Amino acid sequence: MRAFELESVEAIDQAVSHRRVHDGEAFIAGGTTLLDLVKLDVMQPEKVVDVTRLPLKRIETLEDGRLKIGALVSNTELAKHEIVLRDYPVLSEALLSGASTGLRNMASTGGNVMQRTRCPYFRDPDMPCNKREPGTGCSALDGINRNHAVLGTSEHCIATHPSDMCVGMVAAGATLVLEGPDGQREVAFEDYHLLPGDHPEREHDLKPGELITHVILDTPRGGGQHYLKLRDRASYEFALASCAAIVSLDGDNVSEVRVALGGVATKPWRATAAEEALKGQPATQENFERAADAAFTDAVAYSHNGYKITLGKQAIARALRDATARARA
Amino acid sequence: MAPVIRHSTGVGFCTPGAQAETAEQPTAASGKHSSETRRITLTVNGRQHDLQVAPNAVLLDVLREQLNLFGTKKGCDHGQCGACTVHVNGRSVNSCLMLACMQEGAEIVTIEGLAESAGFELGHHPVQDAFLAHDAYQCGYCTAGQMMTAAAIINDDSIDGDEVSLREAMSGNICRCGAYKNILDAVQSARGQMRGGE
Repeated sequence: MRAFELESVEAIDQAVSHRRVHDGEAFIAGGTTLLDLVKLDVMQPEKVVDVTRLPLKRIETLEDGRLKIGALVSNTELAKHEIVLRDYPVLSEALLSGASTGLRNMASTGGNVMQRTRCPYFRDPDMPCNKREPGTGCSALDGINRNHAVLGTSEHCIATHPSDMCVGMVAAGATLVLEGPDGQREVAFEDYHLLPGDHPEREHDLKPGELITHVILDTPRGGGQHYLKLRDRASYEFALASCAAIVSLDGDNVSEVRVALGGVATKPWRATAAEEALKGQPATQENFERAADAAFTDAVAYSHNGYKITLGKQAIARALRDATARARA
Repeated sequence: MAPVIRHSTGVGFCTPGAQAETAEQPTAASGKHSSETRRITLTVNGRQHDLQVAPNAVLLDVLREQLNLFGTKKGCDHGQCGACTVHVNGRSVNSCLMLACMQEGAEIVTIEGLAESAGFELGHHPVQDAFLAHDAYQCGYCTAGQMMTAAAIINDDSIDGDEVSLREAMSGNICRCGAYKNILDAVQSARGQMRGGE
């Protein structure tokens, strides 16, 4: 692994000071993404800033009922927190479907938001990749793209966003709190990750020198919730298609619904078309399938990933069915 | 008070002699940003060790190359196989993806200290006995990591003892030989022994 300087910071203003505003520095918390990619020479920080001593390890309920999660809360801790289990089960299920026991113990909430794609061409510095080296081309477009996205792609990048946690957060609704040299700001979770468009190297709305300090979950939506993850093996594998669904019922009709997708899109994906198709409608299998179709209206398949359109629709229909069953229970 | 063990050799590149020995080691700094080593104290298996390590040294390499604790294995070196699993503050973690310098103040336990750390000072940890009894290995390379994960999840009240839960909890530890059936039998057996008939 290439050499880098290591600095440990004790206070947030120390972490985000103006002198960090250059690309050669990277924050480290759990390290599960950063050190993996530094070993591959995909990320090349000159300096690594250890933020694990910052006071960002609490989970607290705000006065308005939202849940404020410190960026250093581990994936394990968040998934098994009593309030998350009770009020945000879709998020707990999403977290526990990701990675392994050991990695979840290490990985932080903020780090999971910053997780990088698993596209094998991105992870191989010898291959052209517009995300890693802008302007070099996308190897996946005409390469092996079985694992790649069908939603939100561009002619420059079709890499999927790998996180399960983020899909759960999109469904639950959340706000990111960012601390930077010029102060604090908040960004809606859905707006944080960027589509690849003409600039796949721009993955998120984090300005140089900024640090994610908290994720604030919306007030609990209630209803029935479910995270369904479909993949090549039943555990310790990234999603081929996943769906986070939250369904509230008014009698036999769907009064409120949230649908988010993973494994099929270039960012954690809110399927608003599916939500609009189902809201106010009877909670029937036929309507679940209609909502699933709506989510993939704009999907674009490449040479090896056309199956993801079918798989993604099935993930939505099944997740809606199971979330509805829980809403009725 | 735990004894402090000072390591004067084999510590990377604090002396010219050591540098020659360790020039090819992954812990060694290379490239133009040769960053200075730093002195840290790690608590491993109940003993404190004063070490001189590079900022980019991962815990796995320090355990093996500076503390000669070879039980912890390097498999993939990318968090995909679990062979490097150790305990940090009682939780199973992948030591290949942790910087050693960030573990000061933590309680680190490796397979060499597993039995003693759990109070089985003169013998094996129940997980180790169960792996023997169930022949839960073939080549043995993944075994230390398997046992460290098993020992951690057995103590975790949030992980149920049914087969599906244990398989999921163990799934971060890959066995290329495919000894999974016996591994799972061993974990269930050890769990039963340690937690009684719940």
